[in-house]
Amino acid sequence: MKYALNINGRPHPVEAAPGEILLDVLRREGYKGAKFGCGQGFCGACTVLIDGQPVNSCLQLVGLVEGRTITTIEGVGSVSKLHPIQDAYLDAGAVQCGYCTPGMVLATKALLDRSPDPTEEEIKRCLDGNYCRCTGYVKIIDAVKLAAKRRNGTR
Amino acid sequence: MSSHATFREVNQVRRKVDGIGLVTGTALYTDDYDVHEMLSAKVLRSPHPHARIKAIDASRARALKGVHAVLTWRDVPRIIITEAGQGYPEPSPYDKFILDNKVRFVGDEVAVVAAETTAIALQALALIKVTYEELPAVFDPRDSMKKGAPVLHDEPEWKIPIPVEMDPKKNLCGRADVTIGDMPKGFAAADLVLEREYENQYAQHVANEPHTTISYLDPNNRLIIVTSTQVPFHVRRIVARALDLPIKRIRVIKPRIGGGFGSKQDIVTEPLAAALTMATGRPVRLQLTREETFTSSRTRHQTIIRLKTGIKKDGTLTAIEMDALQNAGPYGTHGLTVLTNTGSKILPLFRCENVRFNAWSVYTNLSQGGAYRGYGGTQSGFAMNIQMDEMARAIGMDLPALYKKLHIRKGEGSPVFAALGEGAEGHPMTIGSCGLSACIDIVAREIGWAGKRNNPGTGRLRRGIGMAVLMQGSSIPKIDMASCSIKMNDDGSFNLLCGATDIGTGSDTVMAKIAAEVLGVGTSDVIVFSSDTDITPFDVGAYASSTTYLSGMAAKRCAEKVADQIRAVAAEMLEEDAKGIVLRDGKAAGSKGEVTLGQVGLRSLYEKDQHQIAAFASAYSDQSPPPFAAHAVEVEVDTGTGRVRIIRYITATDCGTAINPLLCEGQVEGALLNGISYAMAERFIYNEKGRLLNASFGTYGVYFTRDLPEIRTFLVPTYEPSGPFGAKSIAEVNINGPLPAISNAIFDAVGIRLRKPPYTPETVFMALRGRKEK
Repeated sequence: MKYALNINGRPHPVEAAPGEILLDVLRREGYKGAKFGCGQGFCGACTVLIDGQPVNSCLQLVGLVEGRTITTIEGVGSVSKLHPIQDAYLDAGAVQCGYCTPGMVLATKALLDRSPDPTEEEIKRCLDGNYCRCTGYVKIIDAVKLAAKRRNGTR
Repeated sequence: MSSHATFREVNQVRRKVDGIGLVTGTALYTDDYDVHEMLSAKVLRSPHPHARIKAIDASRARALKGVHAVLTWRDVPRIIITEAGQGYPEPSPYDKFILDNKVRFVGDEVAVVAAETTAIALQALALIKVTYEELPAVFDPRDSMKKGAPVLHDEPEWKIPIPVEMDPKKNLCGRADVTIGDMPKGFAAADLVLEREYENQYAQHVANEPHTTISYLDPNNRLIIVTSTQVPFHVRRIVARALDLPIKRIRVIKPRIGGGFGSKQDIVTEPLAAALTMATGRPVRLQLTREETFTSSRTRHQTIIRLKTGIKKDGTLTAIEMDALQNAGPYGTHGLTVLTNTGSKILPLFRCENVRFNAWSVYTNLSQGGAYRGYGGTQSGFAMNIQMDEMARAIGMDLPALYKKLHIRKGEGSPVFAALGEGAEGHPMTIGSCGLSACIDIVAREIGWAGKRNNPGTGRLRRGIGMAVLMQGSSIPKIDMASCSIKMNDDGSFNLLCGATDIGTGSDTVMAKIAAEVLGVGTSDVIVFSSDTDITPFDVGAYASSTTYLSGMAAKRCAEKVADQIRAVAAEMLEEDAKGIVLRDGKAAGSKGEVTLGQVGLRSLYEKDQHQIAAFASAYSDQSPPPFAAHAVEVEVDTGTGRVRIIRYITATDCGTAINPLLCEGQVEGALLNGISYAMAERFIYNEKGRLLNASFGTYGVYFTRDLPEIRTFLVPTYEPSGPFGAKSIAEVNINGPLPAISNAIFDAVGIRLRKPPYTPETVFMALRGRKEK
């Protein structure tokens, strides 16, 4: 079946089987920044934003996201122009293996778009669906704070 | 040179050299490679803990449209291998066929299918008819060596390539028995002798990226393996053996890796994917499901430690006797070496003249053990630090004072270093750097030791503090080897190629910084490419805390050779002696003037006496200098529910010179939280038939951000004379602290000793109730 998706601000028609999982469709279409971690909605490696909200794309049926706005990591920044959140992740030392990073960055973006100056508790609550084994999360939380600080400082 | 002020790149904060690809999601992990017409592979796994395969009928599966191959034990070479990704000859038994006519645990491999789609492959699995003859199974390592216990390995091909004591007929796959000094004399001299038993639980690494392999044939009919591995060169060697192919026909490419922690130090998915490619001629992708990573990859070895120690009232340790019984699971990957490291990663830490380490590794029909960050040091650091706390209290000495009295110091050796190595004897070593006393002082101060110890408060919520001290190593002495090459480009930049395997550790950055420091350029002027067995020089891979120390040493030596060549060209250009020329800020500066490295590069490639400025270098060490760490933790115990809350956790680590301080802190914090969740929640729950019941993120117990306590990280600078720019390792040591430190803190809070983690509310509650009933 044909589905009229909107990915990173552009219409993106795809051919997919009914009931196909969004993560599989996105990866097939070249959006490889969304990763497979568990396929059960626990780890958040496959996080994308749907209408600005972080969602586990491994649990999302492609047919249910037609007409909604999908943002993948590829829509956040590029290698030639990083998004300020991505700069903050690098400056805070929040990236180790990087497998969780696209999902973390997207969850961070969703948080900061809604709450520009989050408390530590708020950060922990909002990133709680994104698993990381490398960092112990300490520097990831630092990165979110740094991104928020820079964003608020430049206003 | 020990002054940090002299460093320009090393010890300075720099972004990860591979960071941009990682934050933008553009860096390629194995599963991100697009290969045309790739087949999907799925593995049929054993439902039984121990059984012989009497018959397999794969005809219906093979007939299914879209299925390209079904391989059973009849379809693969019958060559015995070990899947342990260790140097050759491996100190692990050759006890595995890539597919066998016997299965030894629930989740063992029975057959593998390659099909057009994953859905078809799964359909095909359901069509394979296997007739099993179920065999008695053994699950408790205490029972494995008993007379009449089921024998896991009766295959005549079983062998061990090095001369060590193993006996598959007795399920024995590792043994160590080392005595230093005079044990009876040591115990007789003690004022207090304490004997306790400790038992750690199974655990899984839970790297975010599941094991994934892609294999295909290239235009020259060579077998290309792109795989999520810590050990590309070992993969090449072991797959060649398993499939009876020449090593030269295989190329292993390590792309980005989504974490390993030891689980990817073994050959897990590679041989089956490669066998399918050889059978079909087609590209094949084999990725484990999350469930399979739990049931069928590798785990932390469960170990039962009986620890008997003698101490005098003044804190002198008179004897340490450690018995360790390790559950290797069904195949002996890393069993022996984790076993010997169980002794060697803690016993040298405390001065003691009489030491015995007596240990066994045994097969059982539970999950397969392997390398896991900490590598035995987790098991023994747990036992020893709880025992030290108990002894300190018994002799009325403050624990930090006892640690500071006993710990090994710079300039000292330990007979344990020579007695216990990697499955065999070790090598003598004198400690070249040790900042442990400073670490202890920092964590004691930061946790508020003096005021909070023995001060739990009253009421339902009680607080306690605990401490632990730790050591690890830096590479395997006289076994590990690392090498790299560097070539200079015409703009004064450099390409550094290394086998050192960045699996998220930051080793590409470490290599770049070390080379940049020598070459007098910025870290970003060194372009690192890591791990392709056709392209990069050999390196054993990412394990044994070896990369910064050993691969870093190779980078330093290699850069020094290149620097000599640069100086020689610059000397001609400046018409002065090369000896006086200094490389700094991208220039070669002599007494008469200076030239840029770009000018040197251009001249060497285009202008005069043209040649490629380039070098290779290797590193190898007879030392394994330990990093040291001290941990302090404050907990709050709810005596009503048994729930333990970590209030704050302080670590201080001596890793010598921190090559990249932010990445070092990240290594500490990642290891620490892994250790904390292991202490508090992570475990394997089996049913009575050996089936793992909690093989998922949701039920296993890893921590997420909401579980994160306050963590503070201190790096204590020392200078390790044998390391590159004074560096030692940092990756593993801090995973070993939480098991004992938290147990000690719980004792301080509520007076119960927990020697069998995890410290779940149920465990703590039952222990509290048990004490009341007494």
